[in-house]
Amino acid sequence: MPEVKEDGPNDGGGGVQIDLIGADRMAEMASMEKIRMILDGVRDGNIVILEQGLSPDEESKLIEVTMTEISPDEFNGIEIETYPRSETSDQSFLDRLMGKESTAKLTVIGPANQIETLHKDENLISALVSRK
Amino acid sequence: MGLFTDLKDSVSRVTDKLFSAQEPKRIGIYGPPNAGKTTLANRIARDWTGDAVGPESHIPHETRRARRKENVEIERNGKKVTIDIVDTPGVTTKVDYEEFLDHDMEKEDAVRRSREATEGVAEAMHWLREDVDGVIYVLDSTTDPFTQVNTMLIGIIESQDLPVLILANKTDLEDSSVQRIRNAFPQHETIPSSALEGDNMDEVYEKIAEYFG
Repeated sequence: MPEVKEDGPNDGGGGVQIDLIGADRMAEMASMEKIRMILDGVRDGNIVILEQGLSPDEESKLIEVTMTEISPDEFNGIEIETYPRSETSDQSFLDRLMGKESTAKLTVIGPANQIETLHKDENLISALVSRK
Repeated sequence: MGLFTDLKDSVSRVTDKLFSAQEPKRIGIYGPPNAGKTTLANRIARDWTGDAVGPESHIPHETRRARRKENVEIERNGKKVTIDIVDTPGVTTKVDYEEFLDHDMEKEDAVRRSREATEGVAEAMHWLREDVDGVIYVLDSTTDPFTQVNTMLIGIIESQDLPVLILANKTDLEDSSVQRIRNAFPQHETIPSSALEGDNMDEVYEKIAEYFG
């Protein structure tokens, strides 16, 4: 999120910036804009929380683009967590046709070397975030 | 009676020709690193063609390029299927070269391996979106299947409407739990296997013929 980065705490080394991104803001963006925004934030050491997750196709592209940006001693990749998609098993064809399945639940993304998932189940994601 | 038999044979030959003229289905072998994907690809290729696909190793990211074995003909219960096996690098969202240093690797080699691994994962994702007709998803049945990468990949495969067969691999190991994998992905059929020991491969081939034929 460029508008909060200029004097953000991560620049001063004090804390960890968390960006909570609303579903409406994401809805206006193209897939690659979303991926760019996420990776720019994560590469700056921020934790990015999406109110509504990415579609499977966007997740696939996020992995692909992340891989192309990994660089030794600089960027090791991302840690990403969403609640399990338990709804896929009983999803109807009509739901999929209407696009109801594509974006799942709240998603947390952070730099792989700064965020560690401690516990995850259907209702809880517990993560340890460290400074750079 | 003879005329009827001849006619039946002719029809059978025509359908056989039509079937064999079909393009082989490209079946991607996907899963996290160290699940036994290459061991499985080699097992299938050796059983049906006599050749291997690629080297196996306990070090993660041994497979860093998608490798294809073409025209593997599998026949089970009178059903024949011709597939191209695509063995893919293990999918992950992070690669740290320092992990390879634990495997007695020099820094230069570890950095090169991690770079190749990242390229391989990106390639594997591209194959999944564009170039495979079905997926065998291989999981190490001794580890927790409820990881983000598994959840995401199964979601991606489902969104593409690709037929998917889940293998609970490494059943020869003591800590193996097939049920844990069945519980994680109840919407898909899970087949136990040990690609290393060749256990339950008959059922694996039956299901490949059924799912991808």
